Amino acid sequence: MFIQQHKYQLMVAGGIATLLGLAAHQWLAGPIGAILLIIGTVLAGAPIALNAWAALRVKVISIELLVTIAVVGALIIGEYNEGAIVTFLFLFGDWLESKSLAKTRSAIQDLATALPSTVKKLTAAGSLVDTPVDDLAVGDTIQLATGTTAPVDGHVLGGTGLVDESRITGEPEERRKVAGDDVYSGSTVTNGSLQLQVKQVGDDTVYGQIIDLVEEAQDAQSPVASFIQRFAKWYTPLVLVIALIVGLVTRDARLAITILVLGCPGALVIGAPVTNVVGIGTGAKQGLLLKGGDVASTLNQIDTMVFDKTGTLTAGRTSVQSVQWFVNEDARQKWLGRIAAIEQQSAHPLGQALITYAQDHDAEIPTVKEELQVIPGQGVTAGTIAVGNAKLMAAQNVTMPSLGASTASLVYIANGTQLIARFAITDPIRPQAKEAIAALRQQGVHQLIMLSGDTPEAAARIGAEIGLDEARGGLLPADKTAYIKALQAKGRKVAFVGDGINDSPSLAQADVGIAMGSGTDVAMDAADVILMNNNLPTLNRLLTLARKMTANVTENITIAVGTVALLLLGLIIGLVTMGSGMLVHEVSILLVIANALRLRHISSRKAKNLTPVNFSQAQMADNHHESN
Amino acid sequence: MEKVTLKLGGITCPSCLQKIEGAMHQISGVQDAKVLFNASKLKATIDPSQTSAQALADAVTKLGYTVASSKTQEV
Repeated sequence: MFIQQHKYQLMVAGGIATLLGLAAHQWLAGPIGAILLIIGTVLAGAPIALNAWAALRVKVISIELLVTIAVVGALIIGEYNEGAIVTFLFLFGDWLESKSLAKTRSAIQDLATALPSTVKKLTAAGSLVDTPVDDLAVGDTIQLATGTTAPVDGHVLGGTGLVDESRITGEPEERRKVAGDDVYSGSTVTNGSLQLQVKQVGDDTVYGQIIDLVEEAQDAQSPVASFIQRFAKWYTPLVLVIALIVGLVTRDARLAITILVLGCPGALVIGAPVTNVVGIGTGAKQGLLLKGGDVASTLNQIDTMVFDKTGTLTAGRTSVQSVQWFVNEDARQKWLGRIAAIEQQSAHPLGQALITYAQDHDAEIPTVKEELQVIPGQGVTAGTIAVGNAKLMAAQNVTMPSLGASTASLVYIANGTQLIARFAITDPIRPQAKEAIAALRQQGVHQLIMLSGDTPEAAARIGAEIGLDEARGGLLPADKTAYIKALQAKGRKVAFVGDGINDSPSLAQADVGIAMGSGTDVAMDAADVILMNNNLPTLNRLLTLARKMTANVTENITIAVGTVALLLLGLIIGLVTMGSGMLVHEVSILLVIANALRLRHISSRKAKNLTPVNFSQAQMADNHHESN
Repeated sequence: MEKVTLKLGGITCPSCLQKIEGAMHQISGVQDAKVLFNASKLKATIDPSQTSAQALADAVTKLGYTVASSKTQEV
């Protein structure tokens, strides 16, 4: 298809011929001007006509067909200059559109090209060999040096390094990875060196799934967009019919072909999809994955947000809040070590908090096995030492001083009948939880509810502390779904924020299901939105993005409809010709694209951009590592 | 079943989608074919005993579009 491939060269040639023709028409007598204009029309018109034909063969009446008929009509009635101007402007507009549309897709393009194409693989012989990523298989071992981006998901076998996961989570904080940790494709080693065992390759990787999801989402039709698409399907033939009727009734061929040009539905068709492409792409870069443009408009109507459990609002990890000691300072270190040693053998959830506390205080944890006796519902004993709740202390006849009450879980340590220490252990509320909740209220979410499987007391405590309207405890997943249904029956628009593992029914039941913080389970079908990090302010950013996207679609439709109205008015009062009508049309299309591109600048908290993958640098760092 | 992903070059008009999707459905063994406009990708599910990724790519090329790369995955 020579003509299709060179349509922009034809556009330039046609444009030059048209310009010369217009000049000749003005200053030279004779047919030379008209001939040049006809040449210009044919040059620029050929690709348009071919496109119209191709579409017609699959039974689609395209905009190109309207333009082609209009231009042929213009030539027949001798409006050579109008025909030439229209064909040139149409192609020129097409060129500008393709350039600016490429920009709207840049976000996903950046994602797709971020991964390196080769990586250092450890061979059976023990040497590192540059290997194409496509040749990697699950189970292979690869080496990532400073500056390299992981092209696959893997499990750290050795080495240590700081890893920037911002492409996946949108979070700028770097994480230290050591043996046993997981590294996801798309994350970059910023310092250090890691040896990975390959767990997932290609489309199965977290990063591959993100790209897949975003691509699907950008093409998913929002109700507004699909309405317009259907509308355009009938609108274009309708314009053809109207032009025909007007032409037959008024016997004014000029008016009829002008209507054909003005009827092009350009800006209207592109308005909503272009917003979704830019908005979804921008979100993906910040770790907000929307499954389609319609999600944005539903999110914008949300007035009630339900959190699935305490873990969404708390750290999900118990830690020691305070300690009261009843022994001398020099003995405490030793006790911490012994407590940790005992807890390492028991599997109690509160025990981990004690172990972490001991490690944080550099206590030496003895490796000797203790003879443990577990007393269900109370704690454990090891010889004369007892670790457990107040009930255990009473059973052991421990002398208890009077101590202040606490809402935290309390763990007592005793040696014989002597109390050693009391630990207050809680699951702390996430940083910024209170602020994020307050901000959500300002963003129009009036009702904030937590439905927890935790005890009602623990739920109520957290609810009061963060400022929720309601916090219920002791609920099963099915209870949560029923609760959401009840809210919806009252006319509420409900968003459900869950970790996405066992709350799929609730995610699906809610108007918008938001899977948060499970981090890597991208293929979540039940969720409408997947947040790649579990920072609560991410929810605020999500709502901001949704609001801006919805406003943007409205603006674009206003521009498009306004343009058509203006053109009609201009036609009625006789101001608009074919050429100027086409110009206004093209300008309106570029306007809606430019408007959509504004979404790219939604403020993200991403502090810095990732450094591009630099192989020469990676090489150097690698050598350095090996010489160590 | 196999999942075929073809990266296409030069999809500029939405009517191209209908053309390509229509051509795919005419190939026997193609269960499902979808063109992603924004990503310029064709995703299809095929029965490998009846057709192949290459046959799909050939059909696309015949319509006047280029195929930049092709990927096949067992499902």
